[in-house]
Amino acid sequence: MGRKINSLLLEFANIHRFLMRFFREAVSPPYEFKEIIRQCYEVGWKSFPLIGLTGFIVGFVFTKQSRPSLEDFGATSWLPALISIAIVRALAPLVTALIASGKVGSQIGAELSSMNVTEQIDAMEVSGTNPFKYLVVSRILATTIMIPVLCFYIAAIGLFGGYLSIIGQDQLSLLSFFTQVFDKIAFIDVFAMTLRAIVFGFTIGFASCYIGYNSSKGTEGVGKAANSAVVASMFIVFIEELLIVQLLAVITPLIT
Amino acid sequence: MEKIKSNIDYNDAVIDVENLSKSFGDRQILRDVDLKLFRGENLVVLGRSGTGKSVLIKLISGLLKPDSGTINVLGEVVNDLKERELMQLRLKIGFSFQNSALYDSMTVRENLEFPLVRNKRNLTRAEIDKEVEDVLEGVGLSQAINQMPSELSGGQKKRIGIARTLILRPDIMLYDEPTAGLDPITCLDINTLINEVQERYRTSSIIITHDLACAKMVGDRMVMLLDGRFERQGKFEEIFDTDDARVKPFYDYNFIV
Repeated sequence: MGRKINSLLLEFANIHRFLMRFFREAVSPPYEFKEIIRQCYEVGWKSFPLIGLTGFIVGFVFTKQSRPSLEDFGATSWLPALISIAIVRALAPLVTALIASGKVGSQIGAELSSMNVTEQIDAMEVSGTNPFKYLVVSRILATTIMIPVLCFYIAAIGLFGGYLSIIGQDQLSLLSFFTQVFDKIAFIDVFAMTLRAIVFGFTIGFASCYIGYNSSKGTEGVGKAANSAVVASMFIVFIEELLIVQLLAVITPLIT
Repeated sequence: MEKIKSNIDYNDAVIDVENLSKSFGDRQILRDVDLKLFRGENLVVLGRSGTGKSVLIKLISGLLKPDSGTINVLGEVVNDLKERELMQLRLKIGFSFQNSALYDSMTVRENLEFPLVRNKRNLTRAEIDKEVEDVLEGVGLSQAINQMPSELSGGQKKRIGIARTLILRPDIMLYDEPTAGLDPITCLDINTLINEVQERYRTSSIIITHDLACAKMVGDRMVMLLDGRFERQGKFEEIFDTDDARVKPFYDYNFIV
């Protein structure tokens, strides 16, 4: 029991050291702009098709499933307002984070772990390149930048999916749909969505890099790292979602 | 095949290790080890698997931190250096990894360019291309320039790994098991390349191996790591002129069995 507590505390200390090193390396020159842009392309651009498809399905299905409940009250005209609140306040950041945890988290975890196993990280270090800055800082910054972008994208596609679901049964112009959508969204909602996406993006990048960079040696370590990166990212994202919702519930009345 | 005579300056130690100790958990790997590498020398470190040979060169290159002792490389104490100073020193040390450690997402050209473009930022495209072509020609693999590491054989990967370290023109080369897992003819090629590197680039090298043919062919001097200490040092014949049960099987397996 004592040994388990010790190893847990040691792990926390290592995470803390990794986090502090990230902030230190992120602000000190030289900056890896080229690698950050390349990682933004890998993390963001290559995720657009999957995120877009998922966003569309979520918007379409959510609207379809919500319709019967509103029909009971003769309130189907509230559908645009309902889906805008649901997508912007909750679904867009969460769905983006979960999809990115699976796609990007596993990719980063496996890639860094494989580089660790095959001594590529050591090779980088002995050839005068700071591997932490080049591999870790660039990836964490890329996920922190690109997850919010993907989140806005999924929100737009999700709303469009919702619109297509509505016009399957009702007559509604795109303009009037979006007018109703934006009527219901306040600045705080967009701010909350962006904040969530930034926090989730940082979490996915950080958890995946930490696990991949510190993975155990051997091919088994690569599989474990990919798996742990996804599980840890998703788990922390849910915990953060819970905390951010509580926090926003407290601060929203104060600023509106 | 015997080693050709090298141009060694025995008054100039490029690596000077004193009282070096390293352990992992309860396991003591190196115990108060002393070692000198002289300018122009090829020093072979022999020893069984798991005795800490690779740990020794990882300590010298600063990839691992020692528990105690000092490591002096080219006049600088590695364990006292700050991260940035260590990175500067590492540019003078070439490290050839056991499994080559080529960046598998890059082509051979990109692998060779990587240390160059990151450390010599003022070079033009033409100068980079020339350096890459020169060093590739030096290891006899000009035709592999656009191939991916996965398309290369084990011997070719070793050569590219060596070329990648040579591109920064290091003063010291550290070879970790350069012939491990290779067929005898490829081993011979790699050994020849190690000698050519010593001659052409005027490097001083530490070669970690348990391949005695390699040791005999490339080593000017040898040390044998036994139970965490260098217990035997000297020329090939001096090392194996013993009845020590920890040493004799090495020779017997390689040359008699």
